[in-house]
Amino acid sequence: MGETPTAVVPGVAGEARGHGSMAPVLHRVADRRRETADVVTLTLVPLDAPQMAFRNGQFNMLTAFGVGEVAISISSAAAGGGPLEHTVRDVGAVSHALCEAQTGDVIGVRGPFGSGWEVPAAPVAAAGDVVVVAGGIGLAPLRGAVSDLAERHCAGDRRVFVAIGAREPSQLVFDEDLERWSRAGASVAVTVDVAASGWSGRVGLVTTLVADAGFDAAGAVALVCGPEIMMRFSARALVDAGVPPESIQVSLERNMQCGGAWCGHCQLGPFLLCRDGPVLPYAGTVERLLLERER
Amino acid sequence: MTTSIAELVASHPLLAGLPGDATATVAACARNVAVAPGELLLAEGQPADTLYLVRRGQVAIEVHTPAGGAVVIETLGSGAAVGWSWLFPPYRWHFDARALDPVGVVAVDAVCLRGKADADPALGYELMQRVAAVLLDRLQMTRLRVLDLYGAGRHG
Repeated sequence: MGETPTAVVPGVAGEARGHGSMAPVLHRVADRRRETADVVTLTLVPLDAPQMAFRNGQFNMLTAFGVGEVAISISSAAAGGGPLEHTVRDVGAVSHALCEAQTGDVIGVRGPFGSGWEVPAAPVAAAGDVVVVAGGIGLAPLRGAVSDLAERHCAGDRRVFVAIGAREPSQLVFDEDLERWSRAGASVAVTVDVAASGWSGRVGLVTTLVADAGFDAAGAVALVCGPEIMMRFSARALVDAGVPPESIQVSLERNMQCGGAWCGHCQLGPFLLCRDGPVLPYAGTVERLLLERER
Repeated sequence: MTTSIAELVASHPLLAGLPGDATATVAACARNVAVAPGELLLAEGQPADTLYLVRRGQVAIEVHTPAGGAVVIETLGSGAAVGWSWLFPPYRWHFDARALDPVGVVAVDAVCLRGKADADPALGYELMQRVAAVLLDRLQMTRLRVLDLYGAGRHG
Protein backbone atom coordinates (compact mmCIF):
# COMPACT_ATOMS: atom_id res chain seq x y z
CA MET A 1 0.00 0.00 0.00
CA GLY A 2 1.37 3.44 -0.85
CA GLU A 3 2.27 5.74 2.04
CA THR A 4 3.15 8.83 0.04
CA PRO A 5 0.90 11.94 -0.06
CA THR A 6 -0.76 10.31 -3.04
CA ALA A 7 -1.33 7.15 -1.03
CA VAL A 8 -3.05 4.29 -2.74
CA VAL A 9 -5.92 3.10 -0.61
CA PRO A 10 -6.87 -0.53 -0.98
CA GLY A 11 -10.28 -1.03 -2.46
CA VAL A 12 -12.42 -2.99 -0.07
CA ALA A 13 -16.11 -3.35 -0.80
CA GLY A 14 -18.14 -1.00 1.36
CA GLU A 15 -15.12 0.71 2.89
CA ALA A 16 -14.89 4.51 2.86
CA ARG A 17 -11.79 5.88 1.14
CA GLY A 18 -9.68 8.90 1.84
CA HIS A 19 -8.91 11.64 -0.63
CA GLY A 20 -5.60 9.93 -1.34
CA SER A 21 -7.40 7.61 -3.69
CA MET A 22 -8.35 10.61 -5.83
CA ALA A 23 -4.74 11.51 -6.69
CA PRO A 24 -3.04 9.39 -9.32
CA VAL A 25 0.29 7.78 -8.44
CA LEU A 26 2.81 8.16 -11.23
CA HIS A 27 3.80 4.91 -12.89
CA ARG A 28 6.30 4.25 -15.62
CA VAL A 29 5.47 1.87 -18.44
CA ALA A 30 8.11 -0.81 -17.94
CA ASP A 31 6.89 -3.05 -20.73
CA ARG A 32 4.34 -2.94 -23.49
CA ARG A 33 3.07 -6.09 -25.16
CA ARG A 34 0.64 -6.18 -28.04
CA GLU A 35 -1.94 -8.93 -27.56
CA THR A 36 -4.09 -8.33 -30.64
CA ALA A 37 -4.56 -5.59 -33.22
CA ASP A 38 -6.40 -3.41 -30.69
CA VAL A 39 -5.36 -4.81 -27.30
CA VAL A 40 -2.17 -3.97 -25.43
CA THR A 41 -0.86 -5.11 -22.04
CA LEU A 42 1.09 -2.52 -20.07
CA THR A 43 3.43 -3.42 -17.23
CA LEU A 44 3.56 -0.55 -14.76
CA VAL A 45 6.11 0.33 -12.09
CA PRO A 46 5.53 3.12 -9.54
CA LEU A 47 7.97 6.00 -9.82
CA ASP A 48 8.33 6.86 -6.14
CA ALA A 49 5.91 4.69 -4.22
CA PRO A 50 5.75 1.05 -3.19
CA GLN A 51 4.00 -1.27 -5.59
CA MET A 52 0.33 -1.52 -4.71
CA ALA A 53 -1.24 -4.57 -3.16
CA PHE A 54 -4.41 -5.70 -4.86
CA ARG A 55 -6.81 -8.60 -5.21
CA ASN A 56 -7.54 -10.49 -8.40
CA GLY A 57 -10.56 -8.94 -10.10
CA GLN A 58 -10.03 -5.38 -8.85
CA PHE A 59 -9.51 -2.40 -11.15
CA ASN A 60 -7.51 0.80 -11.27
CA MET A 61 -8.28 4.19 -12.75
CA LEU A 62 -5.56 4.85 -15.33
CA THR A 63 -4.77 8.40 -16.43
CA ALA A 64 -3.38 9.29 -19.81
CA PHE A 65 -2.22 12.79 -18.94
CA GLY A 66 -3.82 15.46 -21.06
CA VAL A 67 -6.43 13.04 -22.35
CA GLY A 68 -8.39 11.59 -19.43
CA GLU A 69 -8.94 8.72 -17.07
CA VAL A 70 -10.52 5.31 -17.53
CA ALA A 71 -11.21 2.24 -15.38
CA ILE A 72 -9.12 -0.76 -16.38
CA SER A 73 -9.03 -4.13 -14.65
CA ILE A 74 -5.76 -5.39 -13.24
CA SER A 75 -4.69 -8.32 -15.40
CA SER A 76 -1.70 -9.60 -13.42
CA ALA A 77 -1.79 -11.98 -10.46
CA ALA A 78 -2.15 -10.74 -6.91
CA ALA A 79 -0.06 -13.53 -5.39
CA GLY A 80 3.66 -13.81 -5.80
CA GLY A 81 4.50 -10.13 -5.91
CA GLY A 82 4.59 -10.02 -9.67
CA PRO A 83 4.32 -6.85 -11.73
CA LEU A 84 1.25 -4.66 -12.03
CA GLU A 85 -0.28 -5.21 -15.46
CA HIS A 86 -3.29 -3.80 -17.24
CA THR A 87 -4.66 -5.04 -20.53
CA VAL A 88 -6.35 -2.30 -22.50
CA ARG A 89 -8.54 -2.42 -25.58
CA ASP A 90 -8.45 0.60 -27.85
CA VAL A 91 -12.07 1.73 -27.93
CA GLY A 92 -11.97 5.45 -27.11
CA ALA A 93 -9.74 8.49 -26.68
CA VAL A 94 -8.28 7.52 -23.30
CA SER A 95 -7.87 3.82 -24.02
CA HIS A 96 -6.32 4.76 -27.36
CA ALA A 97 -3.77 6.98 -25.61
CA LEU A 98 -3.00 4.19 -23.15
CA CYS A 99 -2.60 1.68 -25.97
CA GLU A 100 -0.19 4.08 -27.64
CA ALA A 101 1.89 4.51 -24.47
CA GLN A 102 5.47 3.39 -25.01
CA THR A 103 8.03 1.91 -22.66
CA GLY A 104 9.30 4.72 -20.42
CA ASP A 105 6.14 6.82 -20.68
CA VAL A 106 4.49 7.90 -17.44
CA ILE A 107 0.82 7.40 -16.69
CA GLY A 108 -1.29 7.88 -13.56
CA VAL A 109 -2.80 5.11 -11.49
CA ARG A 110 -5.51 5.39 -8.83
CA GLY A 111 -6.65 2.34 -6.96
CA PRO A 112 -7.05 -0.50 -6.52
CA PHE A 113 -10.81 -0.30 -6.34
CA GLY A 114 -13.72 -2.64 -5.90
CA SER A 115 -14.25 -6.24 -5.02
CA GLY A 116 -12.25 -9.23 -6.22
CA TRP A 117 -12.94 -12.82 -7.14
CA GLU A 118 -13.77 -14.91 -4.10
CA VAL A 119 -12.33 -18.39 -4.34
CA PRO A 120 -12.37 -20.36 -1.07
CA ALA A 121 -8.80 -20.97 0.00
CA ALA A 122 -7.50 -24.48 -0.52
CA PRO A 123 -7.32 -26.91 1.05
CA VAL A 124 -10.93 -26.81 2.09
CA ALA A 125 -12.74 -30.08 2.47
CA ALA A 126 -15.80 -28.77 0.71
CA ALA A 127 -13.90 -26.90 -1.99
CA GLY A 128 -14.90 -28.10 -5.42
CA ASP A 129 -13.70 -27.43 -8.93
CA VAL A 130 -13.13 -23.90 -10.14
CA VAL A 131 -14.70 -23.03 -13.47
CA VAL A 132 -13.64 -19.86 -15.26
CA VAL A 133 -15.65 -18.61 -18.23
CA ALA A 134 -14.26 -15.66 -20.19
CA GLY A 135 -15.42 -13.88 -23.30
CA GLY A 136 -13.07 -11.77 -25.40
CA ILE A 137 -11.04 -9.34 -23.34
CA GLY A 138 -13.08 -10.45 -20.32
CA LEU A 139 -10.20 -12.84 -19.73
CA ALA A 140 -8.10 -9.88 -18.52
CA PRO A 141 -9.77 -9.46 -15.10
CA LEU A 142 -9.65 -13.25 -14.67
CA ARG A 143 -6.05 -13.73 -15.74
CA GLY A 144 -4.60 -13.10 -12.29
CA ALA A 145 -7.05 -15.44 -10.59
CA VAL A 146 -6.38 -18.24 -13.08
CA SER A 147 -2.62 -17.74 -12.84
CA ASP A 148 -2.77 -17.96 -9.06
CA LEU A 149 -5.00 -21.03 -9.17
CA ALA A 150 -3.21 -22.89 -11.94
CA GLU A 151 0.41 -21.89 -11.54
CA ARG A 152 0.78 -21.16 -7.85
CA HIS A 153 -1.18 -24.20 -6.74
CA CYS A 154 -3.69 -22.06 -4.89
CA ALA A 155 -6.30 -24.52 -6.05
CA GLY A 156 -4.95 -27.34 -3.87
CA ASP A 157 -6.44 -30.59 -5.13
CA ARG A 158 -9.22 -28.85 -6.98
CA ARG A 159 -9.42 -28.98 -10.73
CA VAL A 160 -9.39 -25.73 -12.66
CA PHE A 161 -11.41 -25.46 -15.88
CA VAL A 162 -10.97 -22.44 -18.13
CA ALA A 163 -13.45 -21.85 -20.97
CA ILE A 164 -12.60 -19.02 -23.33
CA GLY A 165 -14.66 -17.66 -26.19
CA ALA A 166 -13.74 -15.07 -28.79
CA ARG A 167 -15.20 -13.76 -32.00
CA GLU A 168 -12.28 -15.02 -34.05
CA PRO A 169 -8.81 -16.45 -33.43
CA SER A 170 -7.11 -13.09 -33.97
CA GLN A 171 -8.98 -11.71 -30.96
CA LEU A 172 -7.69 -14.29 -28.51
CA VAL A 173 -5.43 -12.82 -25.85
CA PHE A 174 -2.76 -14.25 -23.52
CA ASP A 175 -1.65 -17.16 -25.74
CA GLU A 176 1.40 -17.85 -23.59
CA ASP A 177 -0.66 -17.86 -20.41
CA LEU A 178 -3.07 -20.42 -21.85
CA GLU A 179 -0.15 -22.74 -22.58
CA ARG A 180 1.30 -22.20 -19.11
CA TRP A 181 -2.03 -22.88 -17.44
CA SER A 182 -2.41 -26.10 -19.44
CA ARG A 183 1.09 -27.22 -18.52
CA ALA A 184 0.29 -26.50 -14.88
CA GLY A 185 -2.67 -28.89 -15.07
CA ALA A 186 -5.62 -26.63 -15.78
CA SER A 187 -8.11 -27.75 -18.38
CA VAL A 188 -8.13 -24.93 -20.92
CA ALA A 189 -10.64 -24.91 -23.77
CA VAL A 190 -10.98 -22.24 -26.42
CA THR A 191 -13.69 -21.66 -28.99
CA VAL A 192 -14.30 -19.00 -31.61
CA ASP A 193 -17.42 -17.86 -33.40
CA VAL A 194 -15.75 -17.50 -36.75
CA ALA A 195 -12.92 -19.81 -37.73
CA ALA A 196 -10.09 -18.32 -39.72
CA SER A 197 -8.04 -20.28 -42.20
CA GLY A 198 -5.70 -22.56 -40.31
CA TRP A 199 -7.76 -22.64 -37.12
CA SER A 200 -7.99 -26.24 -35.94
CA GLY A 201 -9.74 -25.62 -32.65
CA ARG A 202 -13.37 -25.52 -31.69
CA VAL A 203 -15.98 -23.32 -33.34
CA GLY A 204 -19.11 -22.32 -31.45
CA LEU A 205 -20.29 -20.39 -28.43
CA VAL A 206 -18.38 -20.42 -25.16
CA THR A 207 -21.48 -21.91 -23.54
CA THR A 208 -20.84 -25.16 -25.41
CA LEU A 209 -17.52 -25.45 -23.58
CA VAL A 210 -19.37 -25.21 -20.28
CA ALA A 211 -21.65 -28.06 -21.27
CA ASP A 212 -18.71 -30.27 -22.30
CA ALA A 213 -16.17 -29.41 -19.59
CA GLY A 214 -16.85 -32.31 -17.26
CA PHE A 215 -16.42 -30.52 -13.94
CA ASP A 216 -18.14 -31.44 -10.70
CA ALA A 217 -20.95 -28.93 -11.01
CA ALA A 218 -22.59 -29.23 -7.62
CA GLY A 219 -19.45 -28.24 -5.73
CA ALA A 220 -17.96 -25.88 -8.28
CA VAL A 221 -17.16 -22.20 -7.94
CA ALA A 222 -17.62 -20.33 -11.24
CA LEU A 223 -16.04 -17.02 -12.23
CA VAL A 224 -17.49 -15.34 -15.31
CA CYS A 225 -16.33 -12.24 -17.14
CA GLY A 226 -17.09 -10.72 -20.51
CA PRO A 227 -19.74 -8.54 -22.11
CA GLU A 228 -22.98 -8.69 -20.12
CA ILE A 229 -24.93 -10.65 -22.67
CA MET A 230 -22.19 -13.26 -22.75
CA MET A 231 -22.19 -13.45 -18.95
CA ARG A 232 -25.97 -13.78 -18.89
CA PHE A 233 -25.95 -16.78 -21.21
CA SER A 234 -22.82 -18.28 -19.64
CA ALA A 235 -24.29 -18.07 -16.15
CA ARG A 236 -27.44 -19.72 -17.47
CA ALA A 237 -25.36 -22.49 -19.06
CA LEU A 238 -23.53 -23.01 -15.77
CA VAL A 239 -26.84 -23.28 -13.91
CA ASP A 240 -28.13 -25.69 -16.57
CA ALA A 241 -24.98 -27.76 -16.03
CA GLY A 242 -25.81 -27.97 -12.32
CA VAL A 243 -23.73 -25.18 -10.78
CA PRO A 244 -25.70 -23.55 -7.95
CA PRO A 245 -26.41 -19.87 -8.81
CA GLU A 246 -24.94 -18.95 -5.40
CA SER A 247 -21.59 -20.35 -6.56
CA ILE A 248 -21.36 -18.11 -9.63
CA GLN A 249 -19.60 -14.73 -9.62
CA VAL A 250 -19.70 -12.22 -12.44
CA SER A 251 -17.76 -9.02 -13.10
CA LEU A 252 -19.92 -6.06 -14.04
CA GLU A 253 -18.91 -2.64 -15.25
CA ARG A 254 -20.55 0.68 -15.81
CA ASN A 255 -19.13 4.15 -16.16
CA MET A 256 -16.59 4.06 -13.31
CA GLN A 257 -15.34 7.57 -12.63
CA CYS A 258 -14.45 8.41 -9.04
CA GLY A 259 -13.68 4.90 -7.83
CA GLY A 260 -14.82 5.91 -4.34
CA ALA A 261 -18.59 5.51 -4.58
CA TRP A 262 -19.09 9.27 -4.47
CA CYS A 263 -20.17 10.30 -7.94
CA GLY A 264 -22.79 7.65 -8.66
CA HIS A 265 -21.96 7.25 -12.34
CA CYS A 266 -21.47 3.51 -11.97
CA GLN A 267 -24.79 2.83 -10.28
CA LEU A 268 -26.52 -0.36 -11.32
CA GLY A 269 -29.69 -0.97 -9.34
CA PRO A 270 -28.73 -0.99 -5.67
CA PHE A 271 -25.02 -1.23 -6.45
CA LEU A 272 -22.31 1.33 -6.95
CA LEU A 273 -20.09 -0.92 -8.98
CA CYS A 274 -16.81 0.83 -8.22
CA ARG A 275 -17.34 -0.06 -4.57
CA ASP A 276 -19.74 -3.02 -4.45
CA GLY A 277 -18.42 -4.55 -7.67
CA PRO A 278 -17.07 -5.16 -10.15
CA VAL A 279 -17.23 -8.77 -8.89
CA LEU A 280 -20.65 -9.67 -7.56
CA PRO A 281 -22.53 -12.88 -6.81
CA TYR A 282 -24.80 -13.84 -9.69
CA ALA A 283 -27.65 -15.26 -7.62
CA GLY A 284 -30.54 -12.97 -6.80
CA THR A 285 -30.19 -9.27 -7.56
CA VAL A 286 -27.56 -9.54 -10.31
CA GLU A 287 -29.45 -12.32 -12.06
CA ARG A 288 -32.50 -10.03 -12.16
CA LEU A 289 -30.49 -6.96 -13.18
CA LEU A 290 -28.94 -8.81 -16.12
CA LEU A 291 -32.44 -9.39 -17.46
CA GLU A 292 -33.67 -5.86 -16.83
CA ARG A 293 -34.07 -3.43 -19.69
CA GLU A 294 -32.26 -0.22 -18.84
CA ARG A 295 -34.00 3.11 -19.49
CA MET B 1 -16.34 -56.39 -22.09
CA THR B 2 -17.99 -55.24 -25.30
CA THR B 3 -20.73 -52.69 -25.13
CA SER B 4 -23.77 -53.61 -27.19
CA ILE B 5 -25.11 -51.25 -29.81
CA ALA B 6 -28.32 -50.94 -27.76
CA GLU B 7 -26.26 -49.78 -24.78
CA LEU B 8 -24.43 -47.25 -26.94
CA VAL B 9 -27.74 -45.93 -28.25
CA ALA B 10 -29.20 -45.78 -24.75
CA SER B 11 -26.17 -43.91 -23.40
CA HIS B 12 -26.27 -41.12 -25.98
CA PRO B 13 -28.01 -37.92 -24.74
CA LEU B 14 -30.23 -37.72 -27.81
CA LEU B 15 -31.77 -41.14 -27.27
CA ALA B 16 -31.27 -41.83 -23.56
CA GLY B 17 -34.45 -42.89 -21.79
CA LEU B 18 -36.48 -43.84 -24.84
CA PRO B 19 -39.71 -45.50 -23.69
CA GLY B 20 -40.46 -49.21 -23.94
CA ASP B 21 -38.52 -51.16 -26.52
CA ALA B 22 -37.78 -48.08 -28.63
CA THR B 23 -34.08 -48.32 -27.82
CA ALA B 24 -33.94 -51.81 -29.30
CA THR B 25 -35.92 -50.61 -32.31
CA VAL B 26 -33.44 -47.81 -32.99
CA ALA B 27 -30.48 -50.05 -32.24
CA ALA B 28 -31.65 -52.43 -34.96
CA CYS B 29 -30.86 -49.63 -37.44
CA ALA B 30 -27.53 -48.65 -35.85
CA ARG B 31 -23.89 -49.64 -35.96
CA ASN B 32 -20.75 -48.52 -34.18
CA VAL B 33 -18.31 -46.73 -36.48
CA ALA B 34 -14.80 -45.30 -36.08
CA VAL B 35 -13.91 -42.35 -38.28
CA ALA B 36 -10.31 -41.37 -38.96
CA PRO B 37 -9.14 -37.76 -38.64
CA GLY B 38 -9.85 -35.82 -41.81
CA GLU B 39 -12.44 -38.29 -43.07
CA LEU B 40 -15.86 -36.98 -44.09
CA LEU B 41 -18.91 -38.30 -42.23
CA LEU B 42 -21.20 -36.58 -44.68
CA ALA B 43 -20.74 -34.48 -47.80
CA GLU B 44 -22.78 -31.59 -49.16
CA GLY B 45 -25.22 -32.66 -51.87
CA GLN B 46 -25.00 -36.37 -51.09
CA PRO B 47 -28.01 -38.38 -49.92
CA ALA B 48 -28.75 -37.79 -46.25
CA ASP B 49 -29.02 -41.36 -45.14
CA THR B 50 -27.44 -41.46 -41.67
CA LEU B 51 -27.89 -39.93 -38.24
CA TYR B 52 -24.56 -39.77 -36.43
CA LEU B 53 -24.45 -39.86 -32.65
CA VAL B 54 -21.00 -38.69 -31.57
CA ARG B 55 -19.50 -40.76 -28.75
CA ARG B 56 -15.99 -39.30 -28.76
CA GLY B 57 -13.85 -36.87 -30.72
CA GLN B 58 -14.66 -33.63 -32.50
CA VAL B 59 -16.56 -33.19 -35.75
CA ALA B 60 -16.39 -30.01 -37.81
CA ILE B 61 -19.43 -28.88 -39.75
CA GLU B 62 -17.95 -27.25 -42.86
CA VAL B 63 -18.94 -25.53 -46.04
CA HIS B 64 -16.63 -25.38 -49.02
CA THR B 65 -16.05 -21.99 -50.61
CA PRO B 66 -14.39 -21.59 -53.99
CA ALA B 67 -11.90 -19.00 -52.79
CA GLY B 68 -11.42 -19.89 -49.14
CA GLY B 69 -11.55 -23.67 -49.10
CA ALA B 70 -13.38 -25.32 -46.24
CA VAL B 71 -14.87 -22.94 -43.69
CA VAL B 72 -15.73 -24.45 -40.33
CA ILE B 73 -19.17 -23.33 -39.18
CA GLU B 74 -19.28 -25.24 -35.93
CA THR B 75 -17.55 -28.05 -34.10
CA LEU B 76 -19.47 -30.74 -32.26
CA GLY B 77 -18.16 -33.16 -29.68
CA SER B 78 -19.14 -36.09 -27.53
CA GLY B 79 -22.89 -36.24 -26.96
CA ALA B 80 -23.80 -34.29 -30.09
CA ALA B 81 -25.98 -35.44 -32.94
CA VAL B 82 -24.69 -34.74 -36.43
CA GLY B 83 -27.04 -34.54 -39.41
CA TRP B 84 -30.65 -33.41 -39.56
CA SER B 85 -31.32 -33.53 -43.29
CA TRP B 86 -32.16 -37.24 -43.12
CA LEU B 87 -35.45 -36.16 -41.53
CA PHE B 88 -36.69 -33.87 -44.27
CA PRO B 89 -37.10 -34.21 -48.04
CA PRO B 90 -35.20 -34.09 -50.31
CA TYR B 91 -32.87 -35.93 -47.87
CA ARG B 92 -29.63 -34.32 -49.05
CA TRP B 93 -26.83 -32.96 -46.88
CA HIS B 94 -26.46 -29.20 -46.82
CA PHE B 95 -22.93 -29.18 -45.37
CA ASP B 96 -19.87 -31.35 -44.95
CA ALA B 97 -19.00 -32.93 -41.61
CA ARG B 98 -15.36 -33.89 -41.06
CA ALA B 99 -13.65 -35.74 -38.22
CA LEU B 100 -11.04 -33.50 -36.59
CA ASP B 101 -9.52 -36.32 -34.56
CA PRO B 102 -10.30 -40.01 -34.07
CA VAL B 103 -14.07 -39.94 -33.83
CA GLY B 104 -16.38 -42.64 -32.53
CA VAL B 105 -20.00 -42.50 -33.63
CA VAL B 106 -23.12 -44.56 -33.57
CA ALA B 107 -24.31 -44.39 -37.18
CA VAL B 108 -28.06 -44.87 -37.47
CA ASP B 109 -29.38 -45.85 -40.91
CA ALA B 110 -31.86 -43.05 -41.61
CA VAL B 111 -33.93 -44.97 -44.15
CA CYS B 112 -34.36 -47.74 -41.61
CA LEU B 113 -35.14 -45.25 -38.83
CA ARG B 114 -37.67 -43.33 -40.94
CA GLY B 115 -39.36 -46.63 -41.73
CA LYS B 116 -39.60 -47.51 -38.04
CA ALA B 117 -40.91 -44.05 -37.22
CA ASP B 118 -43.54 -44.27 -39.99
CA ALA B 119 -44.65 -47.66 -38.69
CA ASP B 120 -44.79 -46.50 -35.07
CA PRO B 121 -46.06 -42.90 -34.82
CA ALA B 122 -45.37 -42.83 -31.06
CA LEU B 123 -41.70 -43.54 -31.75
CA GLY B 124 -41.74 -41.04 -34.60
CA TYR B 125 -43.19 -38.34 -32.35
CA GLU B 126 -40.64 -39.10 -29.62
CA LEU B 127 -37.78 -38.88 -32.10
CA MET B 128 -39.15 -35.70 -33.63
CA GLN B 129 -39.43 -34.05 -30.20
CA ARG B 130 -35.84 -34.92 -29.38
CA VAL B 131 -34.43 -33.80 -32.70
CA ALA B 132 -36.50 -30.60 -32.51
CA ALA B 133 -34.91 -29.84 -29.13
CA VAL B 134 -31.46 -30.18 -30.74
CA LEU B 135 -32.55 -27.97 -33.63
CA LEU B 136 -33.86 -25.34 -31.22
CA ASP B 137 -30.61 -25.39 -29.27
CA ARG B 138 -28.54 -24.97 -32.43
CA LEU B 139 -30.82 -22.18 -33.64
CA GLN B 140 -30.41 -20.32 -30.34
CA MET B 141 -26.64 -20.75 -30.53
CA THR B 142 -26.63 -19.43 -34.08
CA ARG B 143 -28.69 -16.40 -33.06
CA LEU B 144 -26.26 -15.61 -30.27
CA ARG B 145 -23.29 -15.93 -32.58
CA VAL B 146 -24.90 -13.46 -34.97
CA LEU B 147 -24.94 -10.98 -32.06
CA ASP B 148 -21.17 -11.06 -31.58
CA LEU B 149 -21.33 -11.81 -27.84
CA TYR B 150 -17.78 -10.73 -27.19
CA GLY B 151 -17.60 -7.52 -29.12
CA ALA B 152 -19.47 -5.10 -26.92
CA GLY B 153 -18.79 -3.79 -23.48
CA ARG B 154 -15.48 -4.17 -21.81
CA HIS B 155 -12.38 -2.27 -22.78
CA GLY B 156 -10.05 -3.84 -20.27
